Amino acid sequence: MSVNTDGMSAQQIAQAITDRKLSALDATEAALARIAVHDGVLNSFTDITADRARATARAIDAKIAAGEKVGPLAGVPFAVKNLFDVKGLSTRAGSKINRDLAPSSRDATLIERMEAAGAVLVGALNMGEYAYDFTGENVHDGPSRNPQDPTRMTGGSSGGSGSAVGGALVPIALGSDTNGSIRVPSSFCGIFGLKPTYGRLSRARSFPFVASFDHLGPFARNVDDLALAYDAMQGPDADDAACATRPVEPVTPLLTQGIAGLRIAIAGGYFQKNVFPEAVEAVARIAKALDATQTIEIPEAARARAAAYVISTTEGASLHLDRLRKRPNDFDPAVRDRLIAGAMVPAPLVDRAQKFRRWYRAKVLELFKSVDVIIAPATPCVAPKIGQVNFVLDGVELPVRANIGIHTQPISFIGLPVVAVPVPLEPMPIGVQIIAAPWREDIALRVAHALEKMGAAAAPAPRGL
Amino acid sequence: MAAEPLDDYIDAVSKALALPVEEAWRPAVRANLEVSLRLARLVDEFPLPDETEPASIYSA
Repeated sequence: MSVNTDGMSAQQIAQAITDRKLSALDATEAALARIAVHDGVLNSFTDITADRARATARAIDAKIAAGEKVGPLAGVPFAVKNLFDVKGLSTRAGSKINRDLAPSSRDATLIERMEAAGAVLVGALNMGEYAYDFTGENVHDGPSRNPQDPTRMTGGSSGGSGSAVGGALVPIALGSDTNGSIRVPSSFCGIFGLKPTYGRLSRARSFPFVASFDHLGPFARNVDDLALAYDAMQGPDADDAACATRPVEPVTPLLTQGIAGLRIAIAGGYFQKNVFPEAVEAVARIAKALDATQTIEIPEAARARAAAYVISTTEGASLHLDRLRKRPNDFDPAVRDRLIAGAMVPAPLVDRAQKFRRWYRAKVLELFKSVDVIIAPATPCVAPKIGQVNFVLDGVELPVRANIGIHTQPISFIGLPVVAVPVPLEPMPIGVQIIAAPWREDIALRVAHALEKMGAAAAPAPRGL
Repeated sequence: MAAEPLDDYIDAVSKALALPVEEAWRPAVRANLEVSLRLARLVDEFPLPDETEPASIYSA
């Protein structure tokens, strides 16, 4: 007998399983069935770990039957971007080349922590090649498709993560964000995404892209689930050199504290340029809901985006240099040509970008003395059509790929925590960034939670399925 | 047809790094390099004190 868990949040699934109203195995089978029915359209999964998922679920059910304590994510199905190491799978990171790697001998730290909290890994997700992507398209695996309209992009590079959660195949997915790769798919697919502070969550045993900016984080359809996953994954990890030694700081108990007393400002200048009307409307709605009227200028944001671009292309080139020499024809040609160009940027310019980064960090931290939260668009537009190359803004034709991340890059550049909240505009949703000071994920999540309770932010039901 | 200004540079770095650049890829590599250098120039022209540490400092 198949049990229907469609529409249940992670929190509801875990509660039902803990209360013995639902078995973990039934919840797992229900997720696998949803994937079987809908992933032909969405193309969000590249690997389905059904045997492993059933074994994990049976172990949880056995614990419950034995009266043992289970975690807050007991029996909750989740999936990960395919740059996370999954024991027994080669970590393809969206590439053809990495399929030749030996199967991973151990899961990524964040998978271990999710499963320690009771979650059940059901598979690995499509992504842009080597995470150097904002579209969710992939020449090897095909594009992941937008659950609101499968003719449109999911955004990238965590495209499968956006698609799988946006399509409600799983309540939680994990992804990575170097320049916007959690926030962009969240925006295009109409879901919540958390890019934590740089160094908050361990990246151990995930395939890197740009060591200076790589972050991992969760996607969910509501803020409670997002916080549950985030709390389960926190904590130091000696296996990631950038992972902070801060203790676990749970946010779930704080979500209902509300927003009274928080000083909230709208990002002006750079963040109000190069935006389509839908992004303007989304920010205005969020600002109105939060009663935010003050506009604040993030200094030199355009230069910050430029510096982020330079560091990304050069660190990415360094990472892939040997593969570019030995297997250039096995890359997506567009990724290869960007990386080769990155290898040719003179070193002093990269050093200057890292020095500018320190200057910019200090300036932005100054701002957080007078505000607690800054709101900004997550993307300049709703999801473009798959394959779309240009869009016209204020009468000027601009390349889509290069402009999708213009509002996310200046923020991840200095590792600020951000929750991307979905604004359910018609016909397509679009995200807004809720940006807080370093290590204040709690504030960004509290604001997101308040917006959800007010109805200003919500993940729309997938209409493209 | 005159060679593009960056072509000599691309050839030299390609040789120095033993990094192959096939002729068919050259226009895209050049276009990407032009973007990178344009953006890097934006950073380069921003005056910073000599004492500025890079963000990527190392802690022993």
